[in-house]
Amino acid sequence: MTEMRAEMAANVWKIVVADGDAVAAGDTLVILESMKMEIPVEAEAAGTVTLAVEEGQAIDEDDLIATIQ
Amino acid sequence: MFDSLLVANRGEIACRVLRTANDLGIHTIAVYSEADGGARHVELADEAVAIGPSPAAESYLSIPALVEAIERTGAAAVHPGYGFLSENAAFARAVEAAGATWVGPRPETIEAVGDKRAARDVMAAAGVPVNAGGPVQAGEEALAVADRAGYPVMVKAAAGGGGIGMRIVDDRDQLVEAVESTSAQAERFFGDGSILLERYLPNARHVELQVLGLTDGRVAVLGERDCSVQRRYQKVLEESPSPGVSPALRARMVAAIRAGAEHLGYRNAGTFECLVSGDDFVFLEVNARLQVEHPVTEAVTGLDLVAEQLRIAAGEPPGFDPDAVDPQGHAIELRVYAEDSKRFLPRPGTITAYQEPTGPGIRVDSGFRAGDAITPYYDPLVAKLVVHGADRGQAIERARAAVDGFVIEGLTTNLSFLAEVLDDPGFASGTYDTGLVARLRG
Repeated sequence: MTEMRAEMAANVWKIVVADGDAVAAGDTLVILESMKMEIPVEAEAAGTVTLAVEEGQAIDEDDLIATIQ
Repeated sequence: MFDSLLVANRGEIACRVLRTANDLGIHTIAVYSEADGGARHVELADEAVAIGPSPAAESYLSIPALVEAIERTGAAAVHPGYGFLSENAAFARAVEAAGATWVGPRPETIEAVGDKRAARDVMAAAGVPVNAGGPVQAGEEALAVADRAGYPVMVKAAAGGGGIGMRIVDDRDQLVEAVESTSAQAERFFGDGSILLERYLPNARHVELQVLGLTDGRVAVLGERDCSVQRRYQKVLEESPSPGVSPALRARMVAAIRAGAEHLGYRNAGTFECLVSGDDFVFLEVNARLQVEHPVTEAVTGLDLVAEQLRIAAGEPPGFDPDAVDPQGHAIELRVYAEDSKRFLPRPGTITAYQEPTGPGIRVDSGFRAGDAITPYYDPLVAKLVVHGADRGQAIERARAAVDGFVIEGLTTNLSFLAEVLDDPGFASGTYDTGLVARLRG
C-alpha cells in the first residue's frame, strides 16, 4: 500500500480521480492549490485509489491525501 | 494631498505603501482578512478594517467588501498595491463611485492595456517595435501565423499574467494541441480563452521600463530593470541598470516607450515590459500598477515612487524634476520566497526567528516578523532584499553578504538559491538571459 501525503499546507483545489479508480504511476490524483500555485499530486505507484480528502478542504503538510493498493 | 488613504492589499506591499503614507502625514487605513488579523500591515496603519474570510476571493478580491470598508472609513484615496485588484478597472471605477480617488492608472488605461493583444496594437501604432505574431483562433489559422512568425513560438493567454497560460512550441506538430490546451486553461483562469501567438526569442533578456505619467500629461521614463532571472516565468531577482542594455539601446527603448505611453495618455505608475535580444528589443506588455520590483528604480534614482503616485493621483506636480533624473550606481532586488530551493514549490509555515540584514546600501521591504504564519492563501513572497552599490560588482558583493546575514527560521525559504544565483559565474558576468535558472537546475 502506498500512502500519498501532502508536501505542503494547501487547499484541495480539484479531485481528478474517483474512489476505487485504477491508476497508473504518474497519473494525477488531485490538484492542490497553495500560494497561488497549482500543484498536481501524481500517483507514486499503480493500483486502486482510496481518497482521504475532498475538494475545498484545507490540508496541512504531511496530511494523508490518498492511499493506493 | 489626501487626508486619508486605504491600502487594499496585504503583506510587504501594504507595509511599503503605508510607510510612505505615514511619512507624508496621511491617516492610513489597512484592510485584513481573518488570516491576517495580527499581521504587520494592520499594526502599521492608523486604522484597520476586517474585510472577510481568509480566501482572497472573499476578502482582498471582494469589491463589495472593499467598497464597504471605503464607505465606512470615508477614505479619501485607495492604493491597490500589486496583484489582487490592482489591475481591475471595475474596482478602480467602484472606488471612484464610492467617493474615493484611485491611486493608479485611469480605468480606461487599465482596460486598454489589460488585453495583451490590444496593448500590442496600440504600441505598434505609436511606432514601438512588437514581436512577430498575432492573435489566433485554434487550428489552421494558428499554423499560418506561426509559419509567418517562425518557430519556436510562444503560445500565451491574451488575458494572462504571472506566467500562467504560456507555452513554448518548437514545431508544427505540437501547435494545434498547445493552442487548444492553453486556451482552455486561460478560459478557466481568466474567463477569456483568447490566444496570442508570438515568435519566441530563446536567448532574450526580460527588460522593463518604469514609467510615471505626470499630472501635466508629461511622461517620465525612469530607466530600466532587468528581470531575466525567473523561475516558472516569475521573477526572482531584478537589477538596474541592465548589464545587457547598451547606452544606445537604452536611449532607443526610452524614446519608444515614452512615445507609446504618451500615445496611451498614460497617467500614474506603469511598467512597460520588453524582450531584448542582442541590440534589438520588442515590446511585450504593460503592467498598469506599481510593480513588485519598484524599489530597484527607487534605489538608483533616489525617488519614492509611492509618494509620486500619491502626488499624481492628488493632481499635484511631481516631487522631482523629470528632466533631471540621473540614476546612480547599481541596484539589485532579491525576492525571498517561502519555497524550496530545488523545485521552487511553495512551503507555507510559521516564522520562529527573523532578523533582517543591515549595512550600507541595504534595504529590506517585508511584511512579516517572528511569530507570523505564511499561509497557503496568498503568494509566497516574504520579503524583498534590495541592495545598492557604486557599481554592479559592489552591489553583488553587498547582496551576497546580506543574503548570508538574513535570518529566517522555522520556514523554508529560497535564500540558499538566491546565494547560488549571486555566486554563478554566468550571473556575475552579466551575460545571462531568461534561461539562467533552467541552466542552474538543468
